[in-house]
Amino acid sequence: MSAIEILGLEKVYQVGFWRKKPKCALKPLHLQVEEGEVFGFLGPNGAGKTTTLKMLMGLVYPTSGSARILGGDISDRAVRAQIGFLPEHPYFYDYLTGRELLEYYGRLSGMPSTGRSDKISEMLAQVGLADASDVQLRKYSKGMLQRVGIAQAILHDPKLVFLDEPMSGLDPMGRREVRDLMEKLKRQGKTIFFSTHILSDAEALCDRVAIIHLGELRGVGAVEDLTAKMRGRVELIWLGKTVPAAIQALKAECFVTGDTVRAVLDESQQDAAIEVLRRERLRLISLTPVRASLEDYFLSQVQPASTGKGVGA
Amino acid sequence: MNARIANIAANTFREAVRDRVLYNLIVFALLMSGAAILVGQISIGIEKLVVINLGLTAVSLFGVVIAIFIGIGLVSKEIDKRTLYTVLSRPVRRWEFIVGKFFGLTGTLIVNTLCMGIGVFAALFYVSHKFAAADAWVLSALYFIVLQFLIITSLALFFSSFSSPLLSAVFAFSLFVIGSFSEDVRGFAAMTHGVERWLATAAAYVVPNISALNVISKVAHGGAIPGDLVLLNTGYALLYSAMVLFAAIWVFEYRNLK
Repeated sequence: MSAIEILGLEKVYQVGFWRKKPKCALKPLHLQVEEGEVFGFLGPNGAGKTTTLKMLMGLVYPTSGSARILGGDISDRAVRAQIGFLPEHPYFYDYLTGRELLEYYGRLSGMPSTGRSDKISEMLAQVGLADASDVQLRKYSKGMLQRVGIAQAILHDPKLVFLDEPMSGLDPMGRREVRDLMEKLKRQGKTIFFSTHILSDAEALCDRVAIIHLGELRGVGAVEDLTAKMRGRVELIWLGKTVPAAIQALKAECFVTGDTVRAVLDESQQDAAIEVLRRERLRLISLTPVRASLEDYFLSQVQPASTGKGVGA
Repeated sequence: MNARIANIAANTFREAVRDRVLYNLIVFALLMSGAAILVGQISIGIEKLVVINLGLTAVSLFGVVIAIFIGIGLVSKEIDKRTLYTVLSRPVRRWEFIVGKFFGLTGTLIVNTLCMGIGVFAALFYVSHKFAAADAWVLSALYFIVLQFLIITSLALFFSSFSSPLLSAVFAFSLFVIGSFSEDVRGFAAMTHGVERWLATAAAYVVPNISALNVISKVAHGGAIPGDLVLLNTGYALLYSAMVLFAAIWVFEYRNLK
């Protein structure tokens, strides 16, 4: 059974006051996330990530399509009891203390009163808020709020956790802490579906990723598979202080540093470039294949100049 | 009441109690009762009348202000601050959230009214040094004021479920004011003919009949409140607020929480 099964989920908003115009926030989306996976949902701001998450949470109703979570419908109470959710830029009831907030969410999730208090203490310690458990949330820093947000999402031991931009706005220490928490959840066998535009986090954490842009799915798969599908690039380094015009004509990215020139160009242009260097009697120092990163793949999917939608999708 | 509704209601109550505005209003209401005592002392022979009138009017007005200004933010504030998302992603139905919010605020208002009611009775005792049997009708007037709060809270919640806080406040307060003159609207309907009569009658039934729930003047003059009026007003207020609450749930149920 898939943890999440999205079948043609689509959202079209009617915008405007008098003459309403349709605005497509999400084109029909088909996606499957397996149990135990850490799945990254990547895309630039306004790509449709939050809309998708809100539809999965039942906060926004789809125009068409459906989704099944843990084999059931999101409106099913039993399904909701098994999921945790952290919204983007979470804001919690700031008049509550960290402990009171978790107590509130624990009760709403149907956690039994026996052992709930111990579980809350354990959770606060796990997210590093044991000392601030009786401090009102209005006195929490952004990082502390994010951590208490994660605590409320995993407090009731859900099978599936949805995190919307969990690293957003955090300093490097905070990001590291959240990443460690996610790795811990992964080791516990939880399924994690998280949206982000911080690609290094996705690359480090995810088993698979999906890339969405302008409400459209542009690619889905394991990071290695997606990057392997990128057309190869090579890096050439030679001795010299100028870049021959013939190499510039090959659309190479060139960088002159001291007595060496570094050029990165498509693998298909490699032989032509070497021929130019030989003709110009320039001494080649190295020729190295460049490994495509998730960022390269991501940019190839979302940059306006790139229309290579077929890659990896 | 199920556990989720009770939990949401308790949290709403806690929010109101920890809100400094609420404390200020209680203090202000108590100050009003103090002022009533002062006026009572300079109004020879009609001290009780002045104290009951001023005290109960203060209880009513402050309660309405609390009902409107907290009520209008009950849903919209939760959407704006995104606190609602984490609540509704749990095994909580949207209607449970609305009903929990309603009970939370009405609970706050009942506690608030009790505190202010004690203040009114203390002022009464202060000016007359003893309680008379007729003073018990003040309790009926306080009960009717609570019934008004049920209606106003449901209206504020209804507007809050789809409108901005400012517009919700305007709508809810307007309906309270029109409702306070609903007897006049009914009188106007009786004097008109044709479509006007039909429209005026419809308007008279749509707006809450707040004037029927206002017995302050009668009680201040020592008048008794008949049992059937208590029953009728209770039924009316419960039915009206339930209908408005259903409308709020219906609107909220289909709303996209963008």
